[in-house]
Amino acid sequence: MAKIDMFTDFFYTLRKRKVPVSTTEWMTLMEALAKGCISNLDEFYYLARAILVKSEAYYDHYDVAFQEYFKGIEAPAEISEQILEWLKGPLNRMTLTEEEQALLDRMDFEELIKEFEKRLKEQTEQHNGGGYWIGRGGTSPFGHSGYHPAGIRIGGESRGRHAIQIAQERRFRNYRSDLTLDVRQIKMALRGLRELSRIGPEDELDLEETIDATAKNAGEIELMWTRSRKNAVKVLLLMDVGGSMEPFALLCSQLFSAAHSSSHFKDFQYFYFHNCIYDNLYQDIERQEAISTDYLLRTMEPDYKLLLVGDARMSPWELMERYGAINYYERNETPGIVWLKRITEHFTHSVWLNPDNPSIWPHPTVQMIGKLFPMFELTLDGLGQAVKKLIVKK
Amino acid sequence: MNNDGFDQFKGSSDYVTSEPLRNAVNVSIALGRPLLIRGEPGTGKTLLAHSIAHGLRKKLIIWNIKSTTKAQEGLYVYDTVQRLNDSRFGDRDVSDIKQYIKLGKLGQAFASPEQVVLLIDEIDKADIEFPNDLLNELDEMSFYIPETNETITAIHWPIAVITSNAEKELPDAFLRRCIFHYIEFPDANLMEEIVRVHFPDIKNSLLHEALKAFYSLREIDEFRKKPSTSELIDWIRALIAGGVAHEKISSEIPFIGTLLKKETDYDYFVNNHMTRIGDTFFTRWRR
Repeated sequence: MAKIDMFTDFFYTLRKRKVPVSTTEWMTLMEALAKGCISNLDEFYYLARAILVKSEAYYDHYDVAFQEYFKGIEAPAEISEQILEWLKGPLNRMTLTEEEQALLDRMDFEELIKEFEKRLKEQTEQHNGGGYWIGRGGTSPFGHSGYHPAGIRIGGESRGRHAIQIAQERRFRNYRSDLTLDVRQIKMALRGLRELSRIGPEDELDLEETIDATAKNAGEIELMWTRSRKNAVKVLLLMDVGGSMEPFALLCSQLFSAAHSSSHFKDFQYFYFHNCIYDNLYQDIERQEAISTDYLLRTMEPDYKLLLVGDARMSPWELMERYGAINYYERNETPGIVWLKRITEHFTHSVWLNPDNPSIWPHPTVQMIGKLFPMFELTLDGLGQAVKKLIVKK
Repeated sequence: MNNDGFDQFKGSSDYVTSEPLRNAVNVSIALGRPLLIRGEPGTGKTLLAHSIAHGLRKKLIIWNIKSTTKAQEGLYVYDTVQRLNDSRFGDRDVSDIKQYIKLGKLGQAFASPEQVVLLIDEIDKADIEFPNDLLNELDEMSFYIPETNETITAIHWPIAVITSNAEKELPDAFLRRCIFHYIEFPDANLMEEIVRVHFPDIKNSLLHEALKAFYSLREIDEFRKKPSTSELIDWIRALIAGGVAHEKISSEIPFIGTLLKKETDYDYFVNNHMTRIGDTFFTRWRR
């Protein structure tokens, strides 16, 4: 049991690193350990990951936690058994160079293992807490690539990737959902925008009703029909383009293409603006085809789910003043803030997605706009929260 | 893995696996929990189940999930319409309900006299509630049929492999019961092994040029659908059949249509990365 207790801290390290681990999963891991499923740390790394982590989005969190917890762990003794096994195989020996062969023949296995472990320890110390007793590409304890566990491929095809080393590589960094977005992920997030209701023609056979009706009809078959369930959500996307939004152009176009290609909305409308919304919105990024904001508010039903995308960052007068528009020729009679207020009052559900990092949100206009619209960061997590906000019943 | 108490999956000759994946499979078999597999399209999620079945010499039962699939269908279907029909015209005894109960894929896997591999393919395609509806059955490995007052209990717990493209978030309660593995897109070394399984006699020069071109293509982020393993295999097949000289592969990318399946991707690539000289395209993107 001592062995098992030892790991309990690992559970809390994982929780601290925001890996959503539950006790159910932890008990499963204990069950697996009790069955003797693992023989070394590498296997533990994969075993625990397979059982505890349920999305590649958390692989990186797991790697961070694993690194933190196991940093000081040294080479377990089991490895020598594996080396022994390996050396027994005549085929394996053939992959060694002549020098290594000669060295090998001079020592018996015991000696070899001792030497091996000794040098591994030296290596650990020299490399300043690295603790990567299976190094890849170069740092061999024997000065030859072949001898090193990496070279001799202990454990099949592991290619000598030590668990901590793998953890430290943090290859799954890009899968973190709080960091990156691609079209597909955005589409997934947008799938949350659904309110199913039975609308349209009665074109679906209602089997239950049919059977009931037929039974009541003394076996004379009576077909009953029902309306099929469809998504009733309509979406309006308003995007800030140009200027300070330039760095986020790719992100915004991904959001756009995800929303545009999501076929499950009942309707999808989109318009562009620059900096802030004034008297006009535009149908194209170049802002040539204008449509009056007033007309839009008069013609669009309030039940459109409104997604505004922009950094909300501008000079206070651009938001507050008449004729404040950054584009001199736009000559807005009504200040931007008034337009934004009208918009938020018109639509029942609206959110503002801000591509800037929340750490720089404390800015006068961002704060003011944040009071009008619930503001979320334009990341997968932020989008997920925004979507939830949009389907809340009011 | 050094447990001898259960069947161990070691991969099969026609399917190249990584060690973490093999471990995940073996853990799932040892613990009797479903294995949830996720990964980019074309990383061999579905083939894994075939490989397990083949490697362990067990029967494979495949349940393909569609957007209309209901959890109930996997257990059993009570063919009421047939019974209704028989009651009017048939000569069968309609009071024997048993003959109208048809076991679904999950039911078949439970009822099978020997252990089977059960593949639940693309579980994310179904309704959001679908996985939750199966929780109890997968936990207890049994279900009750009220119509006949029967309980179907698994004789041997099936080795359950579930694949998902993560199009929808799977419910937490469901995830907690699964062993999870994310298949990464194979790196060049693993890909080489995979290609060699399909083309044992392939020339090194051709293989390396093809892989080089393939991985450069995958670096282009503008593609809607990046070419994946199955496209690569098709492409190499085309290259071999067409007898293309290996030095031409990365300069001309012959048969680009086998790699880029979407018209927009194809257009994007031809317009942005290729120059036309005479009647032949040459890539401008060599790095």
